[in-house]
Amino acid sequence: MVPLSYYLVLSAILFACGVLGFLLKRNIITIFMSIELMLNGVNLSFVAFASQWHALSGQIFVFFVMVVAAAEAAVGLAIIISVYRTRDTLNVDRVDLLKL
Amino acid sequence: MSFWIYTLVAVIKIALMLFVLLTAVAYIVWLERKVVGRIQNRWGPTRVGPFGLLQPAADGIKFILKEDLTPPHVYKPIFIAAPIIAVVFALTSIALIPFGNSVHILGYDIPLQITDVNTGLLIVLGITSMGVYGIALAGWSSNNKYSMLGSLRASAQMISYEISLGLSLIGVLVLAGTFSLRDIVQSQGGHFPGYIPHWNIFRGQIVAFFIYLTSAYAETNRIPFDLPEAETELVAGYHTEYSAMKFAMFFMAEYANMVTVACLATLLFLGGWNGPIFGPPLLQVLLPVLWFFLKVFVFIFIYIWVRGTMPRFRYDQLMAFGWKFLLPLALANLIITAFVVAVRA
Amino acid sequence: MHLALFLVFGIVCVAGAVNLLIQSHPIQSALSLIVVMASLAVEYLLLGAEFVAAVQVIVYAGAIMVLFVFVIMLLNAGEEERSQGSHIALLLGLPSLLLVGVLLAWSVTHHATDSVRVGSLYGDPRTIGKLLFTQYLLPFEITSLLILIAIMGAVVLASKPEVTPVGPASGLTTGKEK
Repeated sequence: MVPLSYYLVLSAILFACGVLGFLLKRNIITIFMSIELMLNGVNLSFVAFASQWHALSGQIFVFFVMVVAAAEAAVGLAIIISVYRTRDTLNVDRVDLLKL
Repeated sequence: MSFWIYTLVAVIKIALMLFVLLTAVAYIVWLERKVVGRIQNRWGPTRVGPFGLLQPAADGIKFILKEDLTPPHVYKPIFIAAPIIAVVFALTSIALIPFGNSVHILGYDIPLQITDVNTGLLIVLGITSMGVYGIALAGWSSNNKYSMLGSLRASAQMISYEISLGLSLIGVLVLAGTFSLRDIVQSQGGHFPGYIPHWNIFRGQIVAFFIYLTSAYAETNRIPFDLPEAETELVAGYHTEYSAMKFAMFFMAEYANMVTVACLATLLFLGGWNGPIFGPPLLQVLLPVLWFFLKVFVFIFIYIWVRGTMPRFRYDQLMAFGWKFLLPLALANLIITAFVVAVRA
Repeated sequence: MHLALFLVFGIVCVAGAVNLLIQSHPIQSALSLIVVMASLAVEYLLLGAEFVAAVQVIVYAGAIMVLFVFVIMLLNAGEEERSQGSHIALLLGLPSLLLVGVLLAWSVTHHATDSVRVGSLYGDPRTIGKLLFTQYLLPFEITSLLILIAIMGAVVLASKPEVTPVGPASGLTTGKEK
């Protein structure tokens, strides 16, 4: 059988990779994908604890996290399209002036 | 059943079903050319073998021997991976389709299905929704405006009609109470008084049946919804730059998707392998499989018939139809079915 | 057996996550993320959450990532440029990474005796549906409202801005165009 801490370590590694991607990458879309990676790591934690404590509410919370991630992805990508249309770049280092 | 016998039986089943599926794909192409030819008052293939029956073999040899051209400025890794993705997901969903009851061989009880999963229907829907990637990535990696537009339109169409596809199936789920495909078929056994079979299409899901059929035509990019890949529209859309074996893979993926959709329609709406069963035990094992294949054949024939008869939708008409008509209709069907089941219980 | 499956798909997950960081083209990062999500679905199956695994494939890998791939295709995102490095980041970052690694290794070797058994908790659709519609009804309805707001927001944000004519041409407009 798999010890619980193995699942938590995997979740921590995924979350750490997400944070690294968020801080180190320069493309807006890749930064956004790192956020999704962080959310996935957290989902794994939820499901692992739900299985250990025999509480289905962990799995139900995963649904809500997924729904919020979907809504956030839709609006975030629309914002990215707007930024690309006005600034004509996808590099966050170049989007640094309030006025065009 | 021990682990090794289970693995051996699974490998045999996979090999057999892959062989049957690929042969079926090849001969559905033959059937389509013959039937569409007859609808258009011409013969279809007649020269290669009797009634043109060896035409798929000739086509296969042609695809293998043709020059596999990779245009210079494509994004190579994804250009090569896209048809592979399309074919893999098209062939995988056959693993969950049950063909008949269990057979008893050598004391073992072997169900005629590669795996029977409790959430079988959800997994089939998941695999079809992953099939969008083959088309989306193919058009983008081709570095060609027509391909890009065609693939964007095709993927947008597929993800829009996935919603009404799934919603139309929930009525069936409410009636059957389970996601497992085998149990859904078994809940459709028996008869109503008056010899009407207990199929879901007669249990009030006729509207869901038509929504499912229409969404399935849009999902598999067939006429009347094949604008993204029609030759007169976008220079063949997302598979413009593909030749020989890669094009054959897209072709195979499209027809394998058709087979999967037809199998799902028979399982969920027409009672699967339920039908009159009589005779000696060998016949009793083979007859359900025969009824299953007969019903799948009827669906494929309807697919081809519609292809030969109807004109195609314009893209904005297509999207408006999916979002503004089919989606509210599927929701209404779900609400009414759930209400009736709740009142009756 | 379950440990072997967990390790195989765990390594695929970590490989996908690291590949997301290493690749310079966003489409490769998107494909690695899809691989991560698919192997996470298998991990959920190992934990007995079959409905969550199916929903992960249908919603996350099959719809949200399609949206990402669309946007990458539409905006024609190219390879990334290198960012300017930072000495302080290297000075503080590498030791902290080492510290986190040591903590993870410690927690793996000193784990509690509680193991997670496959099949101990069964997340089948019927039970989850019952819970979702009775005990968690309020969050369910609120998230449906959230999706509606997100749809409206996305449509408004991504629509093309209206073109207003400037200069002498504006005086010649007949007033038919808004």
